[in-house]
Amino acid sequence: MTTIPPTSDLTEEEKDKVGLGNPPILADTSETVLSGRGLIKTFGRVVGLDGVDVDLFPGEVLAVIGDNGAGKSTLIKALTGALIPDSGHVYLDGNEVHFKTPQDARSAGIETVYQTLAVAPALDIAANMFLGRERRRSGPLGSVLRMLDKKGMKDDAGQSMANLGIATVQNMSQAVETLSGGQRQAVAVARAATFATKFVVLDEPTAALGVKETGQVLNLIQQIKAKGLPVILISHNMPNVFEVADRIHIARLGGCAGVITPKSHTPTEAVAIMTGATTLAKG
Amino acid sequence: MTTSVEPQAPASAAEQFALRQQSPLQRVQHLLHSHPALSPLMVLIVACIAFTIINPRFAQPATISIILQQTAVIAALAIGQTLIILTAGIDLAVGATAILAMLVMANLAANNGVPGGLALLIGIAVGTACGFLNGLLVTRLNLPPFIVTLGTLSIYTAIGLLYSGGASVGRNQMPPILNLMGTRFAIGPFRLTLGVIIVALLAAVVAFILSQTSWGRHLYAVGDDIEAARLVGIQVDRVLLSVYTVAGLIYGFTAWVLIGRAGTASPNAIVGANLETITAVVIGGTSLFGGRGGIVGTILGALIVYAFNTGLALAGVDDQLRVLAIGVLIIVAVSIDQWIRKVKA
Ligand SMILES: Nc1ncnc2c1ncn2[C@@H]1O[C@H](COP(=O)(O)OP(=O)(O)O)[C@@H](O)[C@H]1O
Ligand SMILES: [Mg+2]
Repeated sequence: MTTIPPTSDLTEEEKDKVGLGNPPILADTSETVLSGRGLIKTFGRVVGLDGVDVDLFPGEVLAVIGDNGAGKSTLIKALTGALIPDSGHVYLDGNEVHFKTPQDARSAGIETVYQTLAVAPALDIAANMFLGRERRRSGPLGSVLRMLDKKGMKDDAGQSMANLGIATVQNMSQAVETLSGGQRQAVAVARAATFATKFVVLDEPTAALGVKETGQVLNLIQQIKAKGLPVILISHNMPNVFEVADRIHIARLGGCAGVITPKSHTPTEAVAIMTGATTLAKG
Repeated sequence: MTTSVEPQAPASAAEQFALRQQSPLQRVQHLLHSHPALSPLMVLIVACIAFTIINPRFAQPATISIILQQTAVIAALAIGQTLIILTAGIDLAVGATAILAMLVMANLAANNGVPGGLALLIGIAVGTACGFLNGLLVTRLNLPPFIVTLGTLSIYTAIGLLYSGGASVGRNQMPPILNLMGTRFAIGPFRLTLGVIIVALLAAVVAFILSQTSWGRHLYAVGDDIEAARLVGIQVDRVLLSVYTVAGLIYGFTAWVLIGRAGTASPNAIVGANLETITAVVIGGTSLFGGRGGIVGTILGALIVYAFNTGLALAGVDDQLRVLAIGVLIIVAVSIDQWIRKVKA
């Protein structure tokens, strides 16, 4: 295989902006929502992350693609407090952060939809939307009796779902286990979109879904982007990635094989880079 | 898909199939899914009607009063058991804890000259400590609740026997406050004890907390899917530790009710408490897998057990058949739970 010449149709300035190449051109961390620099994470002798740099710009959808075991989930976890990197730095809005738990990242406005969804099946949609951050009623009912504001949370859950254009689920008192896979995914994504103030991370959100439901989730991603929230999307699915992503970070063997865009490369080329059949020319 | 209202016509045959009318059986399944206390309520009503037809004495206020008095202690312990089972745990030390708490309060007051009120509080504190220790072992050592409470069942029982020397404390040796829960009074034709009223209040308070507070909601979430609860930021270990501690508090408090009911503090009281509380919880529609059920069902479950005891006795049925009937109820209740867990959209 030959080396694919990168980004022939882009100007130098555009190339700089998207950080194309290998290694990617590093952005000034004051311009990014999130940046990881020199992230290293080892599991015994297994190298999960091998000094990875990553940038997330305002308002963009950044896809992270890569083979199984390439380090996608590890990268995300290192950025969102689910793992503490052995070495390296994470910057949020230009300031270095040290997340110790996923809770720390959530408090900072980062919402993650895990591959396992993290919903409680027997609880209803509204309860799941507010799980772990329930709202109490105002006045002594809330402060003394600690009563939950069930009606308020239910109304707001319905409002959030409606804002994201999720019309197929209307009864917020429905137990999540009575929903289809796509509807459950929609609940988890809606929860993330509602509470995120910085950005949303989706780990393989369409892996278990059919064609139609996948389309709905992609639509949700566009809606989140339209709200002005950047999204990190981990996916295996090239057509999906090329449909919604602004930039594509290619993870490979614990490192980064390069950053491309749907304009600069074709899905076939992306797969070739991902599998190591070709390498990106140095930017 | 029951409530999904898509404006456009269903696109595929499969979607049309999904939008089909529910069969009556599916409707029952959905109803039980959203109201798990319905099935024990039906069982209790049908049983009461049947027992009354067989022997009208069953419906007399005197009989009902006795059933309520009999139910109170096991119902109170079953409230604590419910909290633990909702987290997908189990408590085999429920009886041992209540007896230890009871022996401590009775012996402190009768033999060590501790004032009755203080002895009562120390006894309740001992019960709470027992629950706290169970919780510590479950959360810190990550041991299965079954094993932890199997161990502490023996430990608490042994401590109770060593401490009391195996002796009972009689009613007259105890200060009045310890016998308070046995105080009888009449409401209309019914003769109740203070213990019955207090247990009913306890049930109401715990049911309120479960359904109306974040603690209650987190408890359900932990039992439903512990990993999901952790990922959404619920402090799972703290919830579990608090649940075991609150259960211990309830058992300690129930020791007081038990003294009132039994009239003595005997190390041999409520020997069957473990299985009876689990029976009440399960018949009451709470899932042994955690995450679904509640206090109302448990109280109904406890009432069912004692209504069957009395009703079948009044019907002249052999005692072994009564035991058999309870066994059948348990199996039926668990089967219903399995069935409603399979509910589909
Ligand atoms: N907790 C862990 N312990 C040991 N090895 C791990 C752990 N998590 C990930 N790894 C290893 O790190 C590498 C990257 O894994 P991961 O980030 O999950 O890959 P991806 O999400 O891209 O499929 C793999 O070799 C995987 O086996
Ligand atoms: Mg992964």
